[in-house]
Amino acid sequence: MAFRQRHLLGIEQLAPDEITTLLDLSQHYAELNRGPDKHGDALAGMTQVNMFFENSTRTLASFEIAGLRLGADVMNMPMQASSIKKGETLIDTALTLNAMHPDLLVVRHPHSGAVNLLAEKVNCAVLNAGDGRHEHPTQGLLDALTIRRKKGRLHRLTVAICGDIAHSRVARSNIWLLGKMESRLRLVGPPTLIPSGAADWGVEVYHDMAEGLRGADVVMMLRLQKERMDGGFIPSEREYYHRYGLDAEKLSHAAPDAIVMHPGPMNRGVEIDGTIADDINRSVIQEQVEMGVAVRMAAMDLLAQNLRAARAA
Amino acid sequence: MTSLHFVNARLVDPEMLSEDEGSLSVEGGVITARDGDAPRGARIVDCGGKRLAPGIVDLGVKVSEPGERHKESFGSAGQAAARGGVTTIITRPDTDPAIDTPEVLEFVSRRAAAHSPVHVRPMAALTKGRAGREMVEIGFLSDAGAVAFTDCDRVVADSKVFSRALTYAAAMGALVIAHPQDPSLSAGAAATSGKLSALMGLSGVSPMAERMALDRDMALVEMTGARYHADQITSARALPALERAKRNGLDVTAGVGIHHLTLNEIDLGDFRTFFKLKPPLRAEEDRLAVVEAVATGLIDVVCSMHTPQDEESKRLPFEEAASGAVGLETLLPAAMRLVHAGHMDLPTLWRALSLNPARRLGLPAGRLAVGCPADLVLFDPDAPFVLDRATLASKSKNTPFDGARMEGRVLGTWVAGQQVHAV
Repeated sequence: MAFRQRHLLGIEQLAPDEITTLLDLSQHYAELNRGPDKHGDALAGMTQVNMFFENSTRTLASFEIAGLRLGADVMNMPMQASSIKKGETLIDTALTLNAMHPDLLVVRHPHSGAVNLLAEKVNCAVLNAGDGRHEHPTQGLLDALTIRRKKGRLHRLTVAICGDIAHSRVARSNIWLLGKMESRLRLVGPPTLIPSGAADWGVEVYHDMAEGLRGADVVMMLRLQKERMDGGFIPSEREYYHRYGLDAEKLSHAAPDAIVMHPGPMNRGVEIDGTIADDINRSVIQEQVEMGVAVRMAAMDLLAQNLRAARAA
Repeated sequence: MTSLHFVNARLVDPEMLSEDEGSLSVEGGVITARDGDAPRGARIVDCGGKRLAPGIVDLGVKVSEPGERHKESFGSAGQAAARGGVTTIITRPDTDPAIDTPEVLEFVSRRAAAHSPVHVRPMAALTKGRAGREMVEIGFLSDAGAVAFTDCDRVVADSKVFSRALTYAAAMGALVIAHPQDPSLSAGAAATSGKLSALMGLSGVSPMAERMALDRDMALVEMTGARYHADQITSARALPALERAKRNGLDVTAGVGIHHLTLNEIDLGDFRTFFKLKPPLRAEEDRLAVVEAVATGLIDVVCSMHTPQDEESKRLPFEEAASGAVGLETLLPAAMRLVHAGHMDLPTLWRALSLNPARRLGLPAGRLAVGCPADLVLFDPDAPFVLDRATLASKSKNTPFDGARMEGRVLGTWVAGQQVHAV
């Protein structure tokens, strides 16, 4: 089995064969999840703690379902309401939790690098469920799985990632992943939402949607992250929608069989037209959500195997 | 007071830009002869062919008194300085409370005199509470011994306030030290903007923020005639503005911290907070440009920017962690990297470490001339070692060089003819 990681902190650390291993197992779980008996026992006897320092509905639910389906004892810790308010540091919180012997720790945190820091201090396997603007590896993997199921491959595809790249950890994980799998990447958005230095990442940068989408096989729309903005990145939502919102006209520049993706939650009428999001012939947004559970099952399964092997050794 | 006669030394002279074999005589804490006979009754110090140089004058050291003595005291900072070959520390006023009244300055001077084995010369804040609104009592504070006025890393954003302070300081002949960094552009930044910080998802600041602030300050210096020193110039883009100001005859000098001369943004690696500095570490091209500026003399001063931080303020997510690194003890070996890499020779380096800061502050140190104080460092520029941060004399151990291979060992340090460190 080609998966050598102790934690899943980002796509950056993964080798292409590890990504393929993850996606193959995810594919297996995707099929299991469509059947009547969804139960596995890969995590039987293990304790999974979901530690979310930032609001989340879909990612938290997805990790929780994934853990339950594999037989783990799952506990959710809503950290905003907890000790962090009492002034406890991240590391003390981690050490406190570590003393309760969890096996899998799923962490979301508003600061880039916070999950890496935490992983240094605990004995269990840590999964990054999104840290600041840094990485969101399971989202990158579920996007890759969705693309692979629709296109049959991950290499030699033209993928346009559109919108708020600057504030997006999803974009960074996807850039790492699709780059490692040898796809051609384009970043499309207003210059204020493309980070400086992005042109040196080995991607093409476009500020015009028609040009950026021309011939693209995959159109990945990102949410405008209003909560991460400190003001003044775009003049208004209506101007943004006019120039960068995905509508039928802009999509017509992409390949005729291009798929439309969105990590959710969507701002309909801001970055994407509602009818496109709901178009079952183009939009794979619901399938992304479905693949999310499968990918998280696979990731936790593989990390648990490595954890058991390390403990046995 | 004992007389000393240093023999068999290679004398690093930043004034003559020479590095010759010779001897040095010291009587009454003062250099009395070069290549002369041993004074009567003098203790002979055989330097074994190693380098003898004026002690380092470190401009911009944070000693965390008053307010945070657990991070660094005058005793621990003084010990670190002695071990690092630093014979004069110029302290920063970014303490809690800020050093902004003659009373606080007097407290600091008293503590320093009682506990530090090396000379301590304090700076005072430029504005009350470093709040950028009202200037401090520049006259009283100068009389009480403040050698310069600075709000440290807090930029006086209000140009009117800053121009008044510069005008007043100019009339007093006081030196103003500023931190050129456009405050709104750099707000909240944890790294230099670019390919790497964007991939790491860290908020970045463009190096242009440094040039913008320097441009404003140069205009105000031209307007007021003030004596001005930029604490840290760290980017290639700011250098032409500095060069222009000097060419136009403005009374301007600039410094740079040793970490910006020896490390770059790639060192942030896996979110290592000991490498979080203010301004943030730059790209390699910037580092090389700034090293070159030190070699040519465009940048006058190299300092440690010694900033003690305890474990609690560093063991945090990168963006939340405190900035700064300790450097008193590692300044000399780190600076040796510049010599070993062939960027400059020892006398040129010593001009920036010792002679220039002393001159700028009107101190008699930094020279090997007869009549100058016998503040000396004896060192072996080639002695290798691996740094273990636990061995540092500073109370805080936040060095980015932990585990690093370094060359350059201090063998002895003398302050006014008294040995304060020996190996």
